Amino acid sequence: MRKIIRDRTIVEDHWQHVADDEPLPDGDIIVSHARWREERAALVQHEGKVGVRINGDISLDTLIGDLDRLPLIALEFPAFKDGRCYSHARVLRERHGYPGELRAVGDVLRDQLAYMARVGINAFEIREDRSIEDALQAFSEFSGHYQLDPRGRIPLELRRRQRQSAAAAAS
Amino acid sequence: MYRYDSFDQTLVNERVHQFRDQTRRYLDGELTDEEFRPLRLMNGLYIQRHAPMLRVSIPYGLLNSEQMRVLAHIARTYDRGFGHFTTRQNIQYNWPALESVPDILADLAEVEMHAIQTSGNCIRNITSDHLAGVAADELTDPRPYCELIRQWAALHPEFSYLPRKFKIAVSASDKDRAAIRVHDIGLQLVRNDAGETGFAVYVGGGLGRTPIVGEQISEFVPVRELLSYLEAILRVYNLNGRRDNIHKARIKILVRAMGIDAFRERVEAEWQHLRTDPQLTLEPEDVDYMSGFFQPPVYDRSAGEGDLQAQLDAERTFASWYRHNTEAHRQPGYRAVFLSLKAPAVAPGDLTDVQMDAVAELAERYGFGEIRVTHTQNLVFPDIRKDQLHALWQDLKALNLATPNIGTMTDMICCPGLDFCSLANAGSIDVARDINERFDNLDYLYDLGDIRLNMSGCMNACGHHHVGHIGILGVDKRGQEFYQITVGGSSSNDAGMGDRIGPAVPKDQVADTLESILHTFVEHREGDEPLLDTYRRIGIKPFKEAAYA
Repeated sequence: MRKIIRDRTIVEDHWQHVADDEPLPDGDIIVSHARWREERAALVQHEGKVGVRINGDISLDTLIGDLDRLPLIALEFPAFKDGRCYSHARVLRERHGYPGELRAVGDVLRDQLAYMARVGINAFEIREDRSIEDALQAFSEFSGHYQLDPRGRIPLELRRRQRQSAAAAAS
Repeated sequence: MYRYDSFDQTLVNERVHQFRDQTRRYLDGELTDEEFRPLRLMNGLYIQRHAPMLRVSIPYGLLNSEQMRVLAHIARTYDRGFGHFTTRQNIQYNWPALESVPDILADLAEVEMHAIQTSGNCIRNITSDHLAGVAADELTDPRPYCELIRQWAALHPEFSYLPRKFKIAVSASDKDRAAIRVHDIGLQLVRNDAGETGFAVYVGGGLGRTPIVGEQISEFVPVRELLSYLEAILRVYNLNGRRDNIHKARIKILVRAMGIDAFRERVEAEWQHLRTDPQLTLEPEDVDYMSGFFQPPVYDRSAGEGDLQAQLDAERTFASWYRHNTEAHRQPGYRAVFLSLKAPAVAPGDLTDVQMDAVAELAERYGFGEIRVTHTQNLVFPDIRKDQLHALWQDLKALNLATPNIGTMTDMICCPGLDFCSLANAGSIDVARDINERFDNLDYLYDLGDIRLNMSGCMNACGHHHVGHIGILGVDKRGQEFYQITVGGSSSNDAGMGDRIGPAVPKDQVADTLESILHTFVEHREGDEPLLDTYRRIGIKPFKEAAYA
């Protein structure tokens, strides 16, 4: 079974990606946004869970009404340089409070993982020709950030407190 | 100036460590060229014609002497003994070895410097007015805001893989010395009718292949909401900017395709979701804290002119230098001094390691150990006592840094050109040398008044040729270096692109063509009118006719 990183841990992954022309298998599946739109009625009847795969071309407006039905949204990076899904991830988490799994798929490489995590992506299908163990190291490269710290603290507020304590120590 | 706290220092140290590991993985074959490319670019490293080029960030052009000494050390140890200051107030080294770049970055981190986001499709160095804090025409010091923006932009996870590079400039003066209208975002500090401080925001300016003057997207964004407004612009750009064609990927193309009104609507809609986010809110205490770093130095209130007048009367060359290379200061008894990096026979913007060390020492001896880099590729000592100007002038002369040509035509902006850059079509440094040889009569240059001559070795426009009063663009014509010449551009408050005077000319005719332009100018000039005014009055025709007669 394929391994992915979820919440900074390597785990076995039971979700199946289903191509648009493939019959629906049993179990938990991830389908394209196009298929979700076309076969929504059938898919909501599917006995397993259903996740949807989107990319930067897709407007989130087409998905917002369905967020409570979707335990997983896969964000596709066709090339690691395509940064649009960083914005999608933040909007889903911050504006819509999306609580499910946000999973990076496609050209997913170690050196982008930390940025992805900081915008709210919590699961990663590392490209198959790369070491997933190696990729795990990406999360510990920085101990703090000016913005969007994944541990949920507000860095501006944190920095204000640091300054106050530094000032207190100096006086 | 801003000093790192332990948080900033840790972040920069960790960045060095991260890049050291990325470089090792690249050299070990674990990362492909394509994968390593954006990683090295976001640490300032290009692969160039002869060797890698490393661009080091100088946030809003501000340096102290200690930092300048480390720049000298890098030039001496890892390069060939010089560095090149750029139009975005950074410094570039043309000869470092890839393997030594992590060590260079570690040396920089020791003095609170880095090369983060000096290249790549991300938010680049924040640039500003080189006279910030001392200019008489300033509303308020822009640097605290620059630093707040710098921190907001540094390693921003959402905006590190944008469609293309993104440049922000901030000005707080009546006269725009930061070229904000030719930046992706230009911020002008203003006060509204209620007396609150905020920003007029311009978007979609830029040079390159498609030069465009930025348009106003907002008349007034309060300081408190600055970061959320920037974030809204960046998000609309990140999601909608073109990624299919590198030449159409800048925000200016998106703004032009949508129209400023539709673009503004999208940004405002996005902003409504962001503007109350506490992570993006600048509280008065944040601005106060940051402003604390940019307080004026302890000026000597009793500083007077000393023998200045007598020295000016006695030495004509000193008087010329005083008139052209020093500028009025807010504090009585002081002047701001320009160090010209445009001496004849020197590549514009270049400084040797020996000069760098000496500049560091002079900044401490005569000033408060502070040095600025201008976007016109010179340096500034911001606070020099008038009674010490003559002594400083003598020291600068000995270093070949006192050419009295600031603001004149030979104070050229110039990219490294074909000699160094793999993008260039044509040389720029040798053309600069020709121009210097032809126009070596300073009195003639002074009579011509302020002329901004900008030269780029290719249409990427690193030398800002479009916005030069006279612009020179290197082009390739069947393997020959040719030069397209424009007149009438400006990057100041009246920003606009110059017009071509006709077909490109070969290298050996560039100086002749300039001479013809200057003759035409002098012939039609009314009084002491600057070239730009004459041009706007009489148009391109007389220039064209004279140049191609």
